Amino acid sequence: MLGRTAHGLFWMCRCLERAENTARLLEAGFHMALTRDVATAEEEWRSVIEAFGQRAGYENKHGTYTGHQAWNYLLRDPDNATSVLAMIGAARTNARAVRNAISGELWEAINESWMEISRLLARPLAQNSVGEAVQIIRRAGTVVHGAMSGSMLRNEGFHFARAGTFVERADCVARILDMKYYLLLPSLSYVGTSLDTGQWDQVLRSVSGDRAFRWLNAGRIDARVIVEFLVLDDRFPRSLAFCHTALREELAALARMHGREGESNALMRESATRLSDLTIDGIFERGLHDFLRHFTQANNAIAKGIAEDYRFLS
Amino acid sequence: MYEADAKFDEMRAEDGSVRPAYRDYRNWYDDQKSNVLMRKHRDAETAFRRTGITFNVYGENEAEERLIPFDMVPRIITASEWRRLTRGIEQRVSAINAFIHDLYHRQEIVRAGRIPERLLRDNPAWLPNMVGFTPPGGVYTHVVGIDLVRTGPNDFYVLEDNARTPSGVSYMLQNRETMMAMFPELFTRIPVCQVSDYPRRLAKSLAACAPAGTTGKPTVAVLTPGIYNSAYFEHAFLADQMGAELVEGSDLRVADGRVAMRTTRGYEPVDVLYRRVDDDFLDPLTFNADSVLGVPGIMDVYRAGGITIANAPGTGVADDKAIYSFMPEIVEFYTGEKPLLPNVDTWRCADPDSLAYVLDNLADLVVKEVHGSGGYGMLIGPAASKRELAAFRQKLTARPENYIAQPTLSLSTCPIFTRSGLAPRHVDLRPFVLVSPDGIEIVPGGLSRVAMRKGSLVVNSSQGGGTKDTWVLKD
Repeated sequence: MLGRTAHGLFWMCRCLERAENTARLLEAGFHMALTRDVATAEEEWRSVIEAFGQRAGYENKHGTYTGHQAWNYLLRDPDNATSVLAMIGAARTNARAVRNAISGELWEAINESWMEISRLLARPLAQNSVGEAVQIIRRAGTVVHGAMSGSMLRNEGFHFARAGTFVERADCVARILDMKYYLLLPSLSYVGTSLDTGQWDQVLRSVSGDRAFRWLNAGRIDARVIVEFLVLDDRFPRSLAFCHTALREELAALARMHGREGESNALMRESATRLSDLTIDGIFERGLHDFLRHFTQANNAIAKGIAEDYRFLS
Repeated sequence: MYEADAKFDEMRAEDGSVRPAYRDYRNWYDDQKSNVLMRKHRDAETAFRRTGITFNVYGENEAEERLIPFDMVPRIITASEWRRLTRGIEQRVSAINAFIHDLYHRQEIVRAGRIPERLLRDNPAWLPNMVGFTPPGGVYTHVVGIDLVRTGPNDFYVLEDNARTPSGVSYMLQNRETMMAMFPELFTRIPVCQVSDYPRRLAKSLAACAPAGTTGKPTVAVLTPGIYNSAYFEHAFLADQMGAELVEGSDLRVADGRVAMRTTRGYEPVDVLYRRVDDDFLDPLTFNADSVLGVPGIMDVYRAGGITIANAPGTGVADDKAIYSFMPEIVEFYTGEKPLLPNVDTWRCADPDSLAYVLDNLADLVVKEVHGSGGYGMLIGPAASKRELAAFRQKLTARPENYIAQPTLSLSTCPIFTRSGLAPRHVDLRPFVLVSPDGIEIVPGGLSRVAMRKGSLVVNSSQGGGTKDTWVLKD
């Protein structure tokens, strides 16, 4: 397979995953803001924007944080290079470039999602359409993954695409978690209050983890247990542990196909060992924010390693 | 009520009866409900959008990707008509191939005084690098598109030879797919020849042209300028259907005397490159130094026998419109036979007598730029305003050698489906021809292009023309 094609498949899935996660994060922010008064709602929107590292870009454009500005910035603003609209467009451009490496079904799933979402986001969204937009964007992710798993040959292209998905998902989930822990609470004295538990509930919902969490924990809402669930529980498909287990499998499959291991496999092993040695107590002792920052860095290093090992660019 | 406005209509004979080729189709059509057909018509467009069968238009922000209008009434050709066309095309294509070989070697045809030397001297597609070099298997034109028009039951003319990188074959295939999905019952009632094995035949034909040093199964790759090229869909489609890699210039480099593509395992050699970029962009070391679409040094590898480039560089010398006017002589010179498929009468404006005639009869003629393509830069006399005629008169006088003129042919019409039923529109036909040392192959079918506006003679997709499925009937 061409290095450029591998690169295209990897980024096709990263962009899709980024679009989906932006929508998920936005949904969490939207629900939190709905239940707050105007002053705190502003804080929450600031946190949402900051979680995706878009504060500078946003503040270049807007002096205040309002919901209308924030969701339109995240979803469709032409000045935001990582808006949902831009990411779906980039995913589709990548898919076009690698069309002969993906199944017709997958191409059509991506192309149709792009057609629907670009129609949906052609104009600024009013409050009462945000919920529907988020649902459609999330569903696009589900349809694409379904098409992939149901129609794609399990060749190296499939593994590059999946590696892109899990690299990006791990990054996004870490950002969502970081937003909650680091940014949302007015002060530490709010830990354990209804504001706190309400926010955790939204974080769970944003990763579709609320129901799974309730099954496992019978109604408890507690920061430690939730963090343990989202970081260490490798049964849940949006936990960091799950993403890195899956990523490690994809990279191992690639190494087997190529008959050699590269830098990315070594980095992956280190990261996996670090995660499996961790306990929830260890994470809190170290500080969640610090842990997440290091996790994100290691995750990025793996992505860079993949690009080098498989000659993504000349 | 369907009324043809041309002298010859593909479906309806002069006495008003349905021509034999269309009888079965017309019987079926008359049984259909118009609202059902209307719905199918809309479904087809949705299907083309969803599968992304579009072409890109440069410089149009609003519609970066456009659909080529698809018409669901097939253009139908009988088996005996097709046999006749096939013989004529084979004759013409083998003559073209021999002609190009001759031009880059002894130039017998010039020495014999059958074509003027200036045609070569002034030909921008002429490549000095090809002089004295014979491509693998002796093949120059691996894939050719011959544009045909029809003016009567037995009157087919060649309008143009596309010997460089003819496009449109993906539409031939996709139009058939769409028709089979929309009207499966038609294909059980009417015996239509298959076109679907074109990609397999193309792959085989290209592989048969691999350079002498190839070991094992030849590696074939399709070279595209990239996703913003107007024909990108076709490039991706053909690579996909052939199971070949779709490469861009940046994926390739020359190493150890071979052209190699950058894969996830390192560089792997390519044996046959089906390129869809123009000569000028093929090798920045030899041609356009600013181009990033090609591969530095590929011409050296080519000349040393390390790769096959299809179509061969420099092949364009044969499909210049000035050369076109000499095709009857060319066919005769190399095959020793009279051409089976006639040219359209052509006045070469470089010749003073012809120019005088053209200037006197401008309002009745079609004038084309010698190096133009895609329906650009042409004048259709009968449809032109006084101002347009005056402007062309000036251009012709200033640079006569840049133009040829032809009579306005009464192109045949073929029905298209409209809101108010069938309506006649002008059509042409582009069959696709494959050439390898093993022989010449023509898939029974082709791309029928159709003017979507009433009375219009312009069928080019860049000018709003549409396409339809082309049926060659079995005996």
